[in-house]
Amino acid sequence: MEFKTLVFYALSLILVLSSLCTITMRNPVHAALFLVLAFFTAGGIWLLLEAEFLAITLVLVYIGAVMVLFLFVVMMLDINIERLRKGFWSYLPVGLIVAGGIVFAMVKVLGGIRSDDAPSTVDTSAAAYSNTKELGRLIYTDYVYPFELAAVILLVAMVAAIALTLRRRSDSKQQDPSEQVAVKRKDRVRLVSMPAEKR
Amino acid sequence: MEFVQQIGQQWFGAAWVPVWTTVWTILKILIIVLPVFGGVAYLTLAERRVIGAVQVRIGPNRVGPLGILQPLADGLKLFIKEIIIPSGADKKIFLLAPVLSLGAALAGWAVVPFSEDMAVANIDAGLLYVMAITSLGVYGIMLGGWASNSKYAFLGAMRSAAQVVSYELAMGFALVCVLLVSGSLNLTDVVHGQAKGWFAERGWGFLSWNWLPLLPMFAVYLISGVAEANRAPFDLAEGESEIVAGFHVDYSGMAFAVYQLAEYGAIILISALTSTLFLGGWLSPFGFLPHGLPWLLLKMLFVIFLFLWFRATFPRFRYDQVMRLGWKIFIPLTLVWLTLVAAWVMSPWNIWK
Repeated sequence: MEFKTLVFYALSLILVLSSLCTITMRNPVHAALFLVLAFFTAGGIWLLLEAEFLAITLVLVYIGAVMVLFLFVVMMLDINIERLRKGFWSYLPVGLIVAGGIVFAMVKVLGGIRSDDAPSTVDTSAAAYSNTKELGRLIYTDYVYPFELAAVILLVAMVAAIALTLRRRSDSKQQDPSEQVAVKRKDRVRLVSMPAEKR
Repeated sequence: MEFVQQIGQQWFGAAWVPVWTTVWTILKILIIVLPVFGGVAYLTLAERRVIGAVQVRIGPNRVGPLGILQPLADGLKLFIKEIIIPSGADKKIFLLAPVLSLGAALAGWAVVPFSEDMAVANIDAGLLYVMAITSLGVYGIMLGGWASNSKYAFLGAMRSAAQVVSYELAMGFALVCVLLVSGSLNLTDVVHGQAKGWFAERGWGFLSWNWLPLLPMFAVYLISGVAEANRAPFDLAEGESEIVAGFHVDYSGMAFAVYQLAEYGAIILISALTSTLFLGGWLSPFGFLPHGLPWLLLKMLFVIFLFLWFRATFPRFRYDQVMRLGWKIFIPLTLVWLTLVAAWVMSPWNIWK
């Protein structure tokens, strides 16, 4: 067996096991950590496919930012696991139907791709070939409008999320650091000249 | 070398090439990691001596001549101490957290180019890799704080996580500016890009490095680096006057030592990256001196000294001040500067062609 195949199977095994653990762990923090491990091994599998840009972006965005904030929230929440587990059996059929639908869609999409579809004209083994560079060129030339559209949608979602959750409390006391930084000596210190008292 | 190759060919036959690649990679990793550990040990001593000098006192000078055996004594003391695991702690994560912290601090070294063709992995997406790896360091701190099951540790972890996530953005934008002017994500190419220019042709190489044309970004990167490493004046994750020692308050013995290794390892890594990205890496400052590894080490020592100098000079920030600096000053500043640099690169006055 080729070494790459061995690595692929090892990574896939970890990926599948950690995904299973993500949904079966009782402690939500442990579940989130297994999700991190799943992302990490998925990044490893993408590296095996020589998609290093996607793999590193997965680690950077999902593990470095999204999951950190996710853990942040999960750690602070007091989740009652017993209440979450109540009604598991009554919700199971619905869940199975949704899962079946997703599996069907994935099989339909992935099964439609044959290896002889759209033969690649690029020689990937050339020394000057850079996956990252090719991807960047495609994103900013052929796919520039979908790319910009996705960026604008994300921006709108972000602004909306902030606008929905921003609440000003009138009774909270807080410092204004910019005012504090801008303070001058004459605002705080007043020199008074006083004549000495007579004895 | 050739002798080893011959012996290997005889013993392993066809399997020699993969075996040799593995052994050689492990050797390269050891060649980097062991000096980093040594550097960490003596960085702790240097820190105490430098801060001592700044505060007009002597610092540790009892163990060995000039105190040079002090790190060994500290290490031995931590080694023979008991690792206490708090009764309410999540034992596995409690022990895993320092290891994660150290792993993130060491993994970044894989792409640092020490000299021409001297990097463990000279990959095309090196800059991205660096950003991804430095963003993983926060896990060690967060998990350590959470697993200790203590309010002080948890508060420290929360502060640290918020701080690292905020300053990563500014750091990322500063890196994008470097990427724009060098036109490559490969760290070796970034250094090569700094060897060209009007000043470099006239023998004043140090004026062609990225720090001068990208001066505001250099400042932002350096300050964000201090914040990312949780160092003073951004060390409010372990603000001892407010939350005892922050996220590692419940750690003792070697578990604590591993956190210390990770913290100082991160400082050395950030100094190496700053030197590579903004201070010309292994390039020599003047035309008549040869390029080479010693220049990189000198630049790293300079940046590390800045870290110690900052710690001795500035008082600790308050939490809201840290957040304001990150979100309201650095991010708008880097965004504006990013647009300016992009326009500069596209304009006829582009100096990086």
